[in-house]
Amino acid sequence: MSNRAVPDAATQVEIYRRMALIKANDERSRKVIMSGRLVMPYYSPRGQEVIPSAISVNLTDDDYICTIYRGSHDQLAKGLPLKDLWAEVAGRVDGTCKGKGGPMHVTYPSKGIMVTTGIVGSTMPIANGLAWASQLKGDGRVTVASFGDGAANIGAFHEALNLASVWKLPVIFVCQNNEWGEHTRYDKTSNVRVADRAASYGIPGVRVDGNDPFEMYAVANEAVARARAGEGPTLIEAMTYRFFGHVFGDADNYMDKARKAEAIANDPVPRYRAKLIETGVASEDQLAAMEADIESQIDEAVEFALASEFPGMEELKRDVFAEEMA
Amino acid sequence: MNAETNVKAAKANILQGINAAIADAMEADETVIALGEDLADPEEGGVCGVTKGLSTRFGEHRVRSTPISEQAIIGAAIGASLVGFKPIAEIMLMNFTTVAMDMIVNHAAKLRFMSGGQTNVPIVIRTMTGTGFGSGGQHCDYLEAWFAHTAGIKVVAPSSPADAYGLMRSAIDDPDPVLFIENLPTYWAPSTAPEKGHRVPIGKANVLAEGSDLTIIAYARMIQEATPAVAQLAEEGISVELIDLRTIAPWDRETVVASVAKTGRAMIVHEAVTPFGAGAEIAAVLNEELFGKLKAPVKRLGGAFCPVPFSKPLETAFAPQTAGIVAAAKTLVGK
Repeated sequence: MSNRAVPDAATQVEIYRRMALIKANDERSRKVIMSGRLVMPYYSPRGQEVIPSAISVNLTDDDYICTIYRGSHDQLAKGLPLKDLWAEVAGRVDGTCKGKGGPMHVTYPSKGIMVTTGIVGSTMPIANGLAWASQLKGDGRVTVASFGDGAANIGAFHEALNLASVWKLPVIFVCQNNEWGEHTRYDKTSNVRVADRAASYGIPGVRVDGNDPFEMYAVANEAVARARAGEGPTLIEAMTYRFFGHVFGDADNYMDKARKAEAIANDPVPRYRAKLIETGVASEDQLAAMEADIESQIDEAVEFALASEFPGMEELKRDVFAEEMA
Repeated sequence: MNAETNVKAAKANILQGINAAIADAMEADETVIALGEDLADPEEGGVCGVTKGLSTRFGEHRVRSTPISEQAIIGAAIGASLVGFKPIAEIMLMNFTTVAMDMIVNHAAKLRFMSGGQTNVPIVIRTMTGTGFGSGGQHCDYLEAWFAHTAGIKVVAPSSPADAYGLMRSAIDDPDPVLFIENLPTYWAPSTAPEKGHRVPIGKANVLAEGSDLTIIAYARMIQEATPAVAQLAEEGISVELIDLRTIAPWDRETVVASVAKTGRAMIVHEAVTPFGAGAEIAAVLNEELFGKLKAPVKRLGGAFCPVPFSKPLETAFAPQTAGIVAAAKTLVGK
């Protein structure tokens, strides 16, 4: 990796904007749930903001992603509008899926958000199909499959990586290793690094500090270039840390307190913010204005969502098949 | 089909009907692609040769052999279908769908609904099964009820070459996932050849024989057991209406209910085990629709409630046979 890609100044700021959006949206989500105005199963992505932010600036709207129930960071980084997201998680008809999917199934094809699954390990086999389609069409698109460290222990991981390798598919497998598979630490469930498993399939496997925007950007940039050039898949293991329990409301007593405190003290969002100011890439005023703008966009999205109607009962018969059910 | 056309018509078997349907669809539409274990010609076009010749004709990029990875096969089909392709995925044997159930049930069947109609999964999952070849407990189950119980997937099971062709063309045309069940032991049974381009609509049953005393509803190989039973019963003065269901989900309630309203008696015959099978659903609907008009309780004849046995006499006894259908029919009509 001698010629590592470095994001230009505008891209550096854009990565921060996406991170700040994810962080602010997470904080608001927890606040709104606590207020009792909205009920949903919520899987916080707090602490994992860098990964999709630094990856997605290497993608276009035409590129595809498949993500999981802990996926609002991936979706927002890929360009999902806040109003569509909030109306969806509130179960309203103006949501991206008319409120029928909910937080675990957010879908938004116009930004390439093709599948959000609630099943651990299921992004990878489907991502292969999207990538196969791109290979057949020769459209140069890249597909990113996101998943957690827990998903690396499911059979679908093996099947999908093997097939992607054999078929040389333009797909990037991004394991967001947040150290926790639900309530169990990664090192209790595997004796090897996720990235090292790439060797079994004859594809590149890279472990990267997923909380370092520059490192993450460079690794993603190379994987995207490789995929676009028809050179096949890459497995990226992005190291990060989940600031909260598995699902919102879980007491997270199983998480080591010192390790958690250390991770939170190293919060990648303020750390990167300070770096942008320090290096003169952005000013305090500029970033503060950006953050204020994000807050007001979220204000608007939340109020839009909660004022939106619930879907009508006829929706029980729609979208099961193309033709409406009798 | 009637006797007259039968005399002149060309013959084909079910395997050829399926092969021709896929070939004609691939020729007509370049978004039709196929994948599965051993599917391409270097691997002999599938273990039974159903896809023989297709990769040579259309290229291995469109007819692709895969690793033995059922989740990866269905996943790849789903993904490609989300962005404009019409994949035909083969899961060699129906029992092997068990290792791909997450992809089939949680994803293929549900993505249209969960996305609020933004995406859909126009895939065909081909799979073969059926008792009779001594395959034992893990190679020949009929598991259609599992899929029929899932909202969002259609299930078809043809019993003739023409229906195999016509249902395959309709399945490929369909904008939603279709599970296409092929009966392995009857692949090579010759019958009337299909007409090129012919479609058999999904959800439409076929009345094979008209009758007035009893309606027999069957599908797949059970048609071959029921057909001689109908002839035998006719000799004994019992007039049977035989319906080939063809589509299990969504099944043709209109045709079946109208027939049973006429005959007043119904028997459902399938190779799958009886409890909680397709027959239970059909019987329940007949009771809901025709309670008070039925002359006898609705009868179900299905496989024995055990894993499919290997030993030949046990395997033969496992699935309904002509003699059992005749006996059950006589009991129903009180003869």
